[in-house]
Amino acid sequence: MRLAPTASDGTMYLILFIVFAGFCLAGAVNLLLQRHPINSALSLIVVMTSLAVLYLLLGAEFLAAAQVIVYAGAIMVLFTFVVMLLNAGREERTLGSRAAKTLGFPAVVVILALVATVIVKATGLHGAMLSDGITSTVDLSRVLFRELLLPFEVTSVLVLVAILGAVALARSAGGERTAGK
Amino acid sequence: MTIVEFFLWSVLKVVAVTVLLLMAVAYTVLLERKLVGRIQNRWGPSRVGPFGLWQPLVDGLKNLLKEDVNPTGVYKPLYLLAPILSFTCAMISIAVVPFGEPNVGPKGLPLFQISNVNIGLLVILGITSIGVYGIALSGWSSNSKYSLLGSLRASAQLISYELALGLSLVGVVIRAGTFNLREIVEQQATKGILTWNFFGGFQFVAFFIYLMAAYAETNRAPFDLPECESELTGGYHTEYSAMKFAMFFMAEYANMITVGCVATLMFLGGWTSPFGDFIPPPENIVAHAVFPILWFALKVFCFLFLYVWVRGTLPRFRYDQLMNFGWRYLMPLAMLNIVATSLWQAFHPVS
Repeated sequence: MRLAPTASDGTMYLILFIVFAGFCLAGAVNLLLQRHPINSALSLIVVMTSLAVLYLLLGAEFLAAAQVIVYAGAIMVLFTFVVMLLNAGREERTLGSRAAKTLGFPAVVVILALVATVIVKATGLHGAMLSDGITSTVDLSRVLFRELLLPFEVTSVLVLVAILGAVALARSAGGERTAGK
Repeated sequence: MTIVEFFLWSVLKVVAVTVLLLMAVAYTVLLERKLVGRIQNRWGPSRVGPFGLWQPLVDGLKNLLKEDVNPTGVYKPLYLLAPILSFTCAMISIAVVPFGEPNVGPKGLPLFQISNVNIGLLVILGITSIGVYGIALSGWSSNSKYSLLGSLRASAQLISYELALGLSLVGVVIRAGTFNLREIVEQQATKGILTWNFFGGFQFVAFFIYLMAAYAETNRAPFDLPECESELTGGYHTEYSAMKFAMFFMAEYANMITVGCVATLMFLGGWTSPFGDFIPPPENIVAHAVFPILWFALKVFCFLFLYVWVRGTLPRFRYDQLMNFGWRYLMPLAMLNIVATSLWQAFHPVS
């Protein structure tokens, strides 16, 4: 059920956006700072799930669900699975090259400043029009399977090729192996 | 309806559903112990209360009062997070399940569903897929061989069977044209048992695929390799004690109930009666609200009964058999079902 949009609706959206954008950023920073691979993987899951919530706030409900199911639920499980299987320890910390410190941080600052200036200076930008309601799965699939059918199918072929490549690589390592019955 | 009223009603619904689900979990455990007892020619719990009916409450108390052991060498943050994650994921997905007649409730607010989401089915699948982490992390953080092996098995099994599970539901979604659980049920409602997706939609293949994949998803016999005691002493929850163990335990049973709810909604007509329009709906408003819930509960109960029956009957799979079965039989069958259903829908459009 959707309540009629009220004045409090907008603030609620804003609060939810700030909270989950915060989660997203915190997760991303944590991902970089953590020393243990599994903590980094878990932070990435936090990032992905908060992104899903942001999609949901924008009315893209199918995308949100797909984000959770595919990225958080399948791909990251594979990541943690590999970390667990290899039982990777703490990553080794190098002291960091001096070039990274002397050049890297100023470079990041410069890029961020550049982006910020461009955004602030830019005129003639106005708020993008979002559709008010929710993009239903029906609308999405109509676009995907009618107007964008060819790119969609070509992408699936691409993925298939990747899978075949993975199978070929896994096979050649152990020679000709047949799975048990 | 103001936002405050909406909030209060929602809180009320959430509390009611949570309490009921926890009670249902407790009594599903008792049901299982009783039934398995009868299958194995013994009584099952019979000492506490009449017919052992208070056994779940006493068990809960026991788990609360037990010593909470944290073994040395565990990775504490994840060790504590894992059972919470498992339990939360198991409890959340019930939020989108419609239990009864949608048009009953104050001021147009559906009383028997916490939230009517357009993508209800995807929400359930998504939460299920997050639930894997509880098991994976518990095994890894426990710092024990048995736990790690159990959780590796569990993760591999869950990933494999999630595919078959999701694909088996696609047929129903194609027929219904929506992910909204309420609409899926309403489309099956017209002629009772004849229009259920199980019979009317010729989705019984999908139903059996779902059934088997669901057993594997919830780590139940005959797919309970992640916790098989003869090989792994306890699997991923070997190192857990007291309430932390109980949380895994409750998560398993809550997952069983959710799976039963989804099967009921997708294949067995949800809250609608199997007689459809042949028996006119009751005039009385109370009966109008109560009967659908009884039908729903009855269907879920049958599903749980089947769960226990299977557990009491079938021996455990071997690990390679499990993987072969999932990937070589269930997956292709589910895909064939999708193709067949699509062809049927394309050439025999529903008027």
